[in-house]
Amino acid sequence: MNRRTYLKWAHQLIFVGPAALFFILIMIVPFLLGVYYSFTDWDGVSGKVDWIGLNNFRQIFMEDTQFREAFWFTARFTLIGVVLTNVLGFFLAYFLTKPLATRNILRTVFFMPNVIGGLLLGFIWQFIFIKGFGALGESTGLGFFKLAWLGTENTAFWGIVIVFVWQTAGYLMVIYISSLSNVPKDLLEAAEIDGASRGQILKSIIIPLVMPAVTVSLFLAISWSFKMYDLNLSLTKGGPYGSTESVAMNIYNEAFARNNYGLGTAKAIIFFLIVAVITSLQVKFTKSREVEA
Amino acid sequence: MDALKKYRAATGITELVMIAIGLLFLIPFYFLTVNSVKSFGDLMSNAASLPQAWEWENYRKAWEITDFPAAFLNSLTITVVSNLALAFFSATAAYWMVRHNTRLNRLLFFLFVAAMVIPFQSIMIPLVKVGGYLGLMDSLYGLIICYLGFGVPLSIFLFHGFVKSIPLEIEEAARVDGSGTLGLFYRIVFPLMKPMFVTVIILNTLWIWNDYLLPSLVLQSPGDRTIPIATYAFFGQYTKQWDLALPALVLGILPVIVFFLTMQRYVIEGITQGAVKG
Repeated sequence: MNRRTYLKWAHQLIFVGPAALFFILIMIVPFLLGVYYSFTDWDGVSGKVDWIGLNNFRQIFMEDTQFREAFWFTARFTLIGVVLTNVLGFFLAYFLTKPLATRNILRTVFFMPNVIGGLLLGFIWQFIFIKGFGALGESTGLGFFKLAWLGTENTAFWGIVIVFVWQTAGYLMVIYISSLSNVPKDLLEAAEIDGASRGQILKSIIIPLVMPAVTVSLFLAISWSFKMYDLNLSLTKGGPYGSTESVAMNIYNEAFARNNYGLGTAKAIIFFLIVAVITSLQVKFTKSREVEA
Repeated sequence: MDALKKYRAATGITELVMIAIGLLFLIPFYFLTVNSVKSFGDLMSNAASLPQAWEWENYRKAWEITDFPAAFLNSLTITVVSNLALAFFSATAAYWMVRHNTRLNRLLFFLFVAAMVIPFQSIMIPLVKVGGYLGLMDSLYGLIICYLGFGVPLSIFLFHGFVKSIPLEIEEAARVDGSGTLGLFYRIVFPLMKPMFVTVIILNTLWIWNDYLLPSLVLQSPGDRTIPIATYAFFGQYTKQWDLALPALVLGILPVIVFFLTMQRYVIEGITQGAVKG
């Protein structure tokens, strides 16, 4: 090797080496190992790892009703959570790009829940659902507040939805605000002069022009709600009766509580494939609807 | 002020409605702080009212039970060290991959981007094994190395887009003036990347500071607890003792709230930047 190529490889190693090394050790190797373990009966403790082919997958699809329920919970939650956070995020952004005197303070207020971690938020809301809503119910007499929020399957689901929306709408609002403020003013004025109603302007000009923000926001909301773990853990622990157990939580419990590492990794691989397919379909779909001003 | 000239009656109504929604958003913070200074009896009898007597003692107890200073210091160490290393290694890697478009670098960049869709839960089980094998378990520095591995894809992706926008002419001029590859990077490119450093550091700070699952898998000794881990451990022990739990939660969220309020402008810009690139 001559000096020039030697120097080039040395630089490649200095610049890219550390990042590539950590990435390969922490992400690539475990990912490949995971694919391997998903075909085994590894229990995580003993050194004995036997290849059992597709047995784990057969068991997950044919027998594991709890996984199916966790999946059903996650799917329903994602659908509702994604719609509500995006609608609210867009709604807040739409009105906070109007010349309100308090808009900067309000932006801060709506974003603030997002800086707090899901685990702590879950505990905070546990108190609010149990004691806070009770107190509000007594003083206002509204039945809404008097429900046993974390005690029944149906209300616990909506309880998590409420906390999730409260937490993430502000983040999406920030993305929508930046996109909305890039909509050309002259286009809006021209439409107004031509006599377009506010609804028409929103539908035919603003929404098509903020589609790139919709692509990003949907992607973020889908991956957040699919991967949700902290919030369920601290808010309901998956209860009542496992009704709010997310896929992420089911995978965790399978591996670390029941010591079925092989089965757990098989679930993790299925989970990865589902997340990858859904997010790439979504990005493809919304990207095709993006237009330029 | 052009913006204020357009202030009409309709804007006033919008404003009132938005303020009402804002207050609704703040209700959880009201419940949290007000009840954190109540005695247990006071808190149980009416959670909505103001405290009858201010029990600051609650905070002292929560501070001691959660060993707050230790947890805070652990969280701070992990966040700061991971952030600096992540931003630095990602910046150098992204710079090199943009400027040297070889087949190897294209493959690497593809892998980094593709890995962004892998959910953490899909890797965590074998990671425990790999981590044990590499001696990363049960130590703060092991956790930091894990954050480097997980943080590198997004950080590189952000820097990659940014380096592309830096004109090559500046570097060529420095080269003509006799600058070597390393000197060129540190003196010319590094300072130019400052805005993206802010974005990357903000995004990684919010994620690493609040993360629960990874530290719960890696850390075991009570002395290494981060704030989320300490909070979880606390709730396991003091179930339903809200007079201690609420002040512990206030202490837990305070650092990141203060961080956000002082760095607000950068946080918002960072999120916007990150979203556009992401």
